[in-house]
Amino acid sequence: MPDDIRVLIRSNLDIVKARQEGRALAARTGFSATDVTLIATAISELARNIVSYARQGEIVLGVVESANAKGVTIISRDSGPGIRSIDDAMRDGYSTSGGLGLGLPGVRRLVDEFIIESVLGRGTVVRVTKWLR
Amino acid sequence: MEVPILKQGRYLIATIQAALSDEDLLQFRRALLDRVIQFRSRGVVVDVTALDVMDSFATRTLRDITYMIRLRGADTVIVGIQPEVAFAMVQLGLTLEGVATALDLEEGLAHLEQRARSSS
Amino acid sequence: MTKDEIFAEATSVYDNYVEALATGTFEALQSYSRNLSERIIPRGVETHEVVGIVLLLRDVLARSLFAKYQGDFTKLNRILDAYEPAANRIANTVAVGFVQERERVIRQQQEAIRELSTPVLQVRERLLILPIIGVIDPQRARQLTEQLLRGIRTNRAKVVVIDITGVAAMDATVANHLVQTVEASRLLGATVIVTGLSPEIAQTIVNIGVDLGKMNTVGDLQGGIEQAERLLGYKVVPAGEAAAAA
Ligand SMILES: Nc1ncnc2c1ncn2[C@@H]1O[C@H](COP(=O)(O)OP(=O)(O)OP(=O)(O)O)[C@@H](O)[C@H]1O
Ligand SMILES: [Mg+2]
Repeated sequence: MPDDIRVLIRSNLDIVKARQEGRALAARTGFSATDVTLIATAISELARNIVSYARQGEIVLGVVESANAKGVTIISRDSGPGIRSIDDAMRDGYSTSGGLGLGLPGVRRLVDEFIIESVLGRGTVVRVTKWLR
Repeated sequence: MEVPILKQGRYLIATIQAALSDEDLLQFRRALLDRVIQFRSRGVVVDVTALDVMDSFATRTLRDITYMIRLRGADTVIVGIQPEVAFAMVQLGLTLEGVATALDLEEGLAHLEQRARSSS
Repeated sequence: MTKDEIFAEATSVYDNYVEALATGTFEALQSYSRNLSERIIPRGVETHEVVGIVLLLRDVLARSLFAKYQGDFTKLNRILDAYEPAANRIANTVAVGFVQERERVIRQQQEAIRELSTPVLQVRERLLILPIIGVIDPQRARQLTEQLLRGIRTNRAKVVVIDITGVAAMDATVANHLVQTVEASRLLGATVIVTGLSPEIAQTIVNIGVDLGKMNTVGDLQGGIEQAERLLGYKVVPAGEAAAAA
């Protein structure tokens, strides 16, 4: 889509940038203050995982519109090491880095749709959508 | 961006600015611990009013700071978490268990006073 | 509507109608019909009245076309071929605009009623009470949470009593919301006391894996308020004793 916003993630400063872009986009799309914060938080977790595990990647933000709904999608994409077990990674408290292990399962709770694909040695893509209610 | 740390009597007040980088946070942790030791502070108020997001990493860092300060014999209270931020935190599963929280700076200082009274 | 008003509106609709026919663009008509709806909906104008006016205009115009071109059937046919779909689209635009605006107003009213039905009450300084009554679905639960969190901030509340005596049943999702509300309130610096927890709801909360011991629960609202006042540092004196001491 032409209106997508692409933020390269190479350091933790880019996490802040992605979050700000997401916040602005969500507000423009008409989300409430609470939802804007939920979206910014989800972006923060996904971007943080890129920095922590893949060193670099990108966050792509866009607006989706279907016949009777409007929403924001966040795609997080990297060519890092990939995730060995997605089942494990999606469990509360599972972390290979001494983290709280709440990033991925938490993001799933924050949004309406959550898709994760990962191939060992190839990278990880997470695509989430939050609909305007 | 440096986090300003103010000394007020036996307490320290640290005001976190919006959009801190990880380095800023780690630098803040070191500086705060140094000050607690230097001034023999009895308590620390960390004001996060300006934070528009508290993600897993920021929460863990704050929690760790609190634990480290406790090892120095001082109390920490986090103040100024915004309603939307609190809502997002609990959805993520971040509850800051074992860390004291208060509405704002004034309440945070009152909380520290009360702790000091009940322990002396 | 009065006769004059109907006449004025009909004239405007007619002008817009002619413009839409002449230019083939519907923007002006669309915004006019939205504007018209905004004005007449609060006055209780019904859908059939609006549709009636529009259809009437369509027929009046059609009749004038008939009158003008009845001598030339081929021409009349060509004109009607162009006129009918355009006229129908106009009728459609106005009617849809009206219905959409009405739905928006109804939604807004429902919101307002929902807000009203779950008041956050300040009983004394720094103490809020949230009596929850009726059926709570996830959407309402979320609304309650947001309202309470904002209330804590604006009222600088230190203690909140959530009374759920009036809640008959709660599924796991809503029970989870309740627990999250308690946690989020604490993050803002307020202590939550839950009162009126029925054994069934208590069981639901235990079933979702929450340690009830960590939740501050008191049997009834009165007891909850008393505990809240103790937390706030007020001395609670039973009415009888206060009278005796005086
Ligand atoms: N982009 C990624 N590339 C490779 N591995 C990842 C990626 N994202 C997550 N993982 C793996 O999944 C695990 C779980 O991720 P999650 O974000 O839930 O927790 P965490 O990052 O370990 O801790 P937290 O996010 O709570 O600070 C990580 O520990 C890591 O092993
Ligand atoms: Mg993570």
